[in-house]
Amino acid sequence: MEMTQYLDIFIEESKEHLQSINQQALLLEKSPGELSIVNEIFRSAHTLKGMSATMGYEDLANLTHCMENVLDAIRNNKLEVSSSVLDVLFASLDHLEAMVVEISEGGSGKRDVTDTVKELEALEKGEISQTIQAESKNAAGSLQDYDQYEKQIIIQSKEQGFHAYELSISLREDCILKAARVYMVFEVIEQIGEIIKTLPAVDMLETEQFGTHFTLSILTKESAENVKERILKVSEIDAVEVIDIKADQLNISSNSENEENNKLVHQEVSPQPVKNGEAQQASNTSSSGKTIRVNIERLDQLMNLFEELVIDRGRLEEISKSLKSLELNETVERMSRVSGDLQNIILTMRMVPVEQVFNRFPRMIRGLAKDLGKKVNLEIVGAETELDRTVIDEIGDPLVHLLRNSIDHGIENPEVRSSKGKNETGTIYLRAFHSGNHVFIEIQDDGAGINKQKVLSKAIENGILTKEISENLTDKQCFELLFASGFSTADVVSDISGRGVGLDVVKNKIESLGGSIAVDSTEGSGTIFSIQLPLTLSIMSVMLVEISREKYAIPLSSIIETAIIRQEEILSAHNQKVIDFRGKVVPLVNMKDIFEVPGSTESNLHVPVVVVRKGDKMAALVVDSFIGQQEIVLKSLGQYLTSVFAISGATILGDGQVALILDCNALIK
Amino acid sequence: MMNEEKVIIFQLKDEEYAVPVQHVKSIERMQPITRIPRTASFVKGVINLRGVVTPIIDLRSRFEIEEVSHTDTTRIIIVSVGTIEAGLIVDAANDVIDLDKESIEPPPEVVGGVDAEYIRGVAKIEKRLLILLDLVKVLNPEKLDVQPVKESIQ
Repeated sequence: MEMTQYLDIFIEESKEHLQSINQQALLLEKSPGELSIVNEIFRSAHTLKGMSATMGYEDLANLTHCMENVLDAIRNNKLEVSSSVLDVLFASLDHLEAMVVEISEGGSGKRDVTDTVKELEALEKGEISQTIQAESKNAAGSLQDYDQYEKQIIIQSKEQGFHAYELSISLREDCILKAARVYMVFEVIEQIGEIIKTLPAVDMLETEQFGTHFTLSILTKESAENVKERILKVSEIDAVEVIDIKADQLNISSNSENEENNKLVHQEVSPQPVKNGEAQQASNTSSSGKTIRVNIERLDQLMNLFEELVIDRGRLEEISKSLKSLELNETVERMSRVSGDLQNIILTMRMVPVEQVFNRFPRMIRGLAKDLGKKVNLEIVGAETELDRTVIDEIGDPLVHLLRNSIDHGIENPEVRSSKGKNETGTIYLRAFHSGNHVFIEIQDDGAGINKQKVLSKAIENGILTKEISENLTDKQCFELLFASGFSTADVVSDISGRGVGLDVVKNKIESLGGSIAVDSTEGSGTIFSIQLPLTLSIMSVMLVEISREKYAIPLSSIIETAIIRQEEILSAHNQKVIDFRGKVVPLVNMKDIFEVPGSTESNLHVPVVVVRKGDKMAALVVDSFIGQQEIVLKSLGQYLTSVFAISGATILGDGQVALILDCNALIK
Repeated sequence: MMNEEKVIIFQLKDEEYAVPVQHVKSIERMQPITRIPRTASFVKGVINLRGVVTPIIDLRSRFEIEEVSHTDTTRIIIVSVGTIEAGLIVDAANDVIDLDKESIEPPPEVVGGVDAEYIRGVAKIEKRLLILLDLVKVLNPEKLDVQPVKESIQ
């Protein structure tokens, strides 16, 4: 079978299942006795196993299989959920994730997992040896785990008047040729019906890799008694137990039906009730509804086509205005309205819940807290908040950085906390919410907060500011220093206030997404980082300007204001032209020179400038004229032109021309 | 059939060049190009190709052949190699032929001013000499040779 076409789906779904296992495992850690969580994990693991086996990723399937065995042991009360069990579980998850990542990067998904497999097996066996009774009962009697296909067969056969039995067969202890006996039993059954499943698997039975028990699931029209009698006629068979498989029993353990059947279009199953209310709220608040997976490229194509339509719409509007035909006017207006709605729908199609990023954090926090010997509780609020796909893809790293920061430097050690009269377990809140045209993400901790004096002395030491200035800084301005680029050498700073590990990188990243970040802190009671992000990156408000005959777009997010200054207001300082802008000396940048725009430079009495900023720094860009404010659709320059100076992208204007978007961050150093 | 390769033939100065048809997405007439400041001189800018911003390279300039003003026959050949998509300005594009692979010979040192580096081979068909371009090399972004960035404001 040609598998490549399923590869994308496989990878996506595997990631989802792993994510879900991760989440549930964390819940399990909080409420170890909750069997419904174990079941949930088991289902995901089982589906994953089936999927990877089908796709031929043996290592993946094997490891999930071992994991499943351990989960099964937990489920059947043979193994207790302990922190060592969870550690092994998480270790296997790490392996699984790595394998899936490797597959998604075109690899074979092979990985040396023998250690983890051994640990899993040890876990499983360790308990089993203590409860041999239960083990033998399991091998001989308990209902096996049927996959979807097998369940279907059983249910359908029952409808056609077949009986489905589970036969647990025990051979005599002194049986010499076990495989031969198995073969004979198979012979007998094949005369009266069909074998649909064996435990252990057939190849293991044939190579005698089993004790004295094995279990068969069969379909037959014979009665249970009859079957039993026939098998007992085979010599060296000690006992046969026949259990009727009931259809309703099958359904109990088959809740994963939805997932397996509807691979592409699936209805979201409402979450299983979990005791831990808060955790549930954090992880499972997605609304139900039918969803469909669409490749993001197709959405981009749709968007491109749609923009063509918008450009033509603009032309039509022009034509209808000049023709002054009432009928044409009405039609064009209607078309404009419909296409406006369409645009909204296409844009919202790109929105995904921020949950996709947040989901990986609980696990990360758990690991970090463990490594650092701290006790941390992560509270996620507003995971359902939606953001554009492109923002989602980019925001993960900055958040990881901030969270690490909070846990590493914000939250104190348990002893310190209790000595301060705080709860030993620190809390980090991760919140997301909409406000206007923006999405806010906040990371708040109840840790030590920022020591203002230490930040200041460090800043003076690094030459970021002078002592005189430092005395007049407000708290807010002081905390802003954490984002200064000279402040980012990790080890130096972490031994003072601790804040400031590469925060300038975080800030740059967020600003490159058109957002901003602020920090506030109260010493002793915690710190809050607040990130503001635009809803979407594909649409942007810009100021269109003209330089000679070329049009450029300047993002409104970097513009402070536009102004027209007189020639005599332009001053000179160290060969650099500057202006006095509201009491601040702002360097003047002649865009015509920077961009080497062809055309003569005529000096006008009045010079239009756009004052832009990058953080606290400002620059006044000299242009020829302002065209006006506009909403534009952001386009990339493609793979060929990857690093063009001071240009962050392009857009297509109403007349079909391409205008370049200015990257003010690159213009100001 | 296996030994034949379909190629698009275009003209630059007096020479005829060929690129495999599977790399060619379309052939466009000249259209307004938006200049991109401070890029290599052969990068003429970008165009709006049905909603996709596509970079345009002047092949004459790329191969250091003297540039001429565009005429009615000037075409932009949109090619795609791997993830890169770009348009090549050529003097004319008007032929598609099946090329017998056996007629392809290794490139001589210099053909029509184009460094052998960019050439996959030459093919002689009757009296025509076709130069087969190595698009991967022609479109190598590492060769973009961007002008040194001037010191921006402090």
